[in-house]
Amino acid sequence: MDNTNKIKHLYARAGFGLRVADMQRVKGLTVKHAVEGFFTSSTEIKPLTVVTNNTNYRDAAKADSLTKKMFMQQQRQLERDLNITWVNQMSMSEAQLREKMTLFWHNHFACRTQNAFYAQQLNNIQRTNALGNFKTLLLAVSKSPAMLQFLNNQQNKKGHPNENFARELMELFTIGRGNYTEQDVKESARAFTGWGFDNDGEFVERKVLHDEGQKHFLGKTGAFTGEDIINTLLERKETARFICTKLYKYLVNETPDMANVTAMANVFYSSAYDITKLLKFVFTADWFYADKNTGNLIKAPVDFIVGLNRQFYIDYKNPDVIMQFERALGQVLFYPPNVAGWPGGKSWIDSSSLMFRLKIPSTVLNDGVIDFKGKADPEDEAFLAMNVNKRKAVNTQVQTQPNWDKFLTGIPANISKATVAGVILAPALNANLMAIVNRATNIRSMVIELVSTPEYQLY
Amino acid sequence: MKRRDFLKSTTLASGAFLIPSFLKPLEAMASGQLTGYKNLVIIQLSGGNDGLNTIVPYGNDIYYQKRNTIAIKQPDIIKLNDMQGLNPNLSSLKEIYDQGWMSVINSVGYPNPDRSHFRSMDIWQTGSESNQFLTTGWIGRYLDANCAINKDPYTAVEVDDTLSLAMKGAKMKGIAVQNPAKLYQSTREPFFKELVNEHDAAHLSEDNLGYLYKTMIETSSSANYIQQTSKTYNTTAQYPQSAFAGQLKSVAKFINSGLKTRVYYVSLSGFDTHTQQQNQQGRQLKIYGDAVAAFLKDLKQTGKLDDTLVMTFSEFGRRVEQNASNGTDHGTANNVMIFGGKLNKAGIYNNAPNLSALDNGDLKYEVDFRDVYATLLDKWLNVNNSQILNKNFAGLNFV
Repeated sequence: MDNTNKIKHLYARAGFGLRVADMQRVKGLTVKHAVEGFFTSSTEIKPLTVVTNNTNYRDAAKADSLTKKMFMQQQRQLERDLNITWVNQMSMSEAQLREKMTLFWHNHFACRTQNAFYAQQLNNIQRTNALGNFKTLLLAVSKSPAMLQFLNNQQNKKGHPNENFARELMELFTIGRGNYTEQDVKESARAFTGWGFDNDGEFVERKVLHDEGQKHFLGKTGAFTGEDIINTLLERKETARFICTKLYKYLVNETPDMANVTAMANVFYSSAYDITKLLKFVFTADWFYADKNTGNLIKAPVDFIVGLNRQFYIDYKNPDVIMQFERALGQVLFYPPNVAGWPGGKSWIDSSSLMFRLKIPSTVLNDGVIDFKGKADPEDEAFLAMNVNKRKAVNTQVQTQPNWDKFLTGIPANISKATVAGVILAPALNANLMAIVNRATNIRSMVIELVSTPEYQLY
Repeated sequence: MKRRDFLKSTTLASGAFLIPSFLKPLEAMASGQLTGYKNLVIIQLSGGNDGLNTIVPYGNDIYYQKRNTIAIKQPDIIKLNDMQGLNPNLSSLKEIYDQGWMSVINSVGYPNPDRSHFRSMDIWQTGSESNQFLTTGWIGRYLDANCAINKDPYTAVEVDDTLSLAMKGAKMKGIAVQNPAKLYQSTREPFFKELVNEHDAAHLSEDNLGYLYKTMIETSSSANYIQQTSKTYNTTAQYPQSAFAGQLKSVAKFINSGLKTRVYYVSLSGFDTHTQQQNQQGRQLKIYGDAVAAFLKDLKQTGKLDDTLVMTFSEFGRRVEQNASNGTDHGTANNVMIFGGKLNKAGIYNNAPNLSALDNGDLKYEVDFRDVYATLLDKWLNVNNSQILNKNFAGLNFV
């Protein structure tokens, strides 16, 4: 693989794609420099600040039905604002790696809450620690009101343990199934008794509710606290392996290569769970750039939407359209299907979601029209005529404005159409794609065709 | 031959030029060889329908004690037996019940119930344990298990814009069709047709790219098949004006036109009635009951009722005691309603819910929802339930 393709691959996986306009800038970079660049531009931590204060649910619950209704409406509005703000941040921010990893942790520590303030707080914990230390991240997540509430630790009390948090901590957040027993779940649940949060959304250890007795956990015995349990879990190398397997599926290949995962787990474990060290190891490994690991992952809906926004500088006059796309494609941020997160891969694709994916790019870029330059079947003339009439209607609905000038003027001089196509699409250009490129009379219609292909779903 | 007849006789063949033959070797065969073709129609009531105000246990005083302001008054109830009766908004179903086309299974749920809408819906749609996370739906796994015979997405059709998790398997998924003509149009985009026609074989061999092309090809072929088949049928039966009735009308049209679909899926939402329940739930139940009655009568008229089974569920029932806002909060076990022309046991299937032995204010489940699924899988879809549900369930005998 040549250097340009390596850098394109890095941008696709470590961020939300290489802009055509950035081709010239990255051309002379070595992989090592490009990787460093990702970390440097992700140094800044820009938290989401959409929700400014915490609304007290208990007061709202006591209110009359009209106030309640207004309250619920306000919460929905805040959730929407939070979602759209994050999509915009992923699309515009230069801290691409930080946002990409925030999205990974958003799915790893999948959580739902009706309280938009808590949702934002958890998202900011995930962003702040996205490239930091996994232990710090895990502790902060475990102590966040959103997670405490979601996994019922607020109800986990001495004498009446609630096992939900302890179970998911092991099954989904750290060592994974097969590495603990039901008894370990029961014992560790007791260690987390009393962990909760107060009305201001601050973590509290409610001493009177904490079970101070002896617990037997993963072969150890002691009067363990929640932090002790987390430490014990991190001492287990299975935890490093579990996280690395998941990250490998996210960044490299859906089918884990055990040798590569083991190498990652060694780096992660011996660095005491340093996420930056782990990522640098992955992005500079030769196998990361192997042919079988490129252009083969199915974009998550958010990757797909953000990638389009980023490449074409799309301005949504009606931001609700972003949420409609998320819904149609099956990934609404802050609304994972369950605590296990979105399953990803092929599960993103069914008949309807694929048709939406094939149609959305031309909808946001060209009022729903794909300027077809191939030979149209005579039967299709009616379809083509109808489509022209529809143009206006599509624009009224989606109200998007791509910045074609910026996209087109960003294309480096003296560059071939095929090179532009090679940046837009991750898989290699086969004969059919080359036919699209060769027959195109202008870049704009070529690009619209390319982003309307199954190949564009991959990265 | 008239063009229309030509289309009719080649409905299956007409999609065939779009696809390489090795993908569809059984397609032509399947049309003639499936005898006793049975459909399952699943109706999901989203939001947690209050089962106690749907099939009302009017013969139990506790019901009236716990529901001071929202209990359905005795004279308004359409009595089914001396314990339970229909909410008056379900009056259309009385006739259906009297025909022996309806069965009510009480107290359906699962161990360690979850009161969150999305989690409990997830459990119902995937058929999982309450502490287990499955990424495939139970109908999806049925498609996977059965894909040697029925390998087209239209084997399971959801009348909606997007596809529910219930319909997604690991290898196969159903298809979402809100409007067959519109879906068909979207696949007719000349550029897409070219992609479908001119992809090379190498595309299909690659893992994810192959899957994308395969899905695209199957969507084109299924959209074409569904449109060409269903447009030949003209619905004469009368349906109410609601959107939900429109969805059931589409299902009936699909069934009546002879679409080779085994499972249909439709949803009706608006059942999360924390406040002012009576009007809100009443309105939704009326939409539901009127539409279902029209649907069943339509199928009776066309001779398809005996080949159709309808199951209605909701992700949970509601608490026995009402709340302070004339509504009800999230609960647990609930009733499941079954409709069909050939029920083995019509009427009230089992005992009315026990309102005195509650679990922290909630009904205790008596029938596992997977026993209902197992019955449908074993006796209606002819597939061993343990293959789909990951362990064997004994099932019930309503069919």
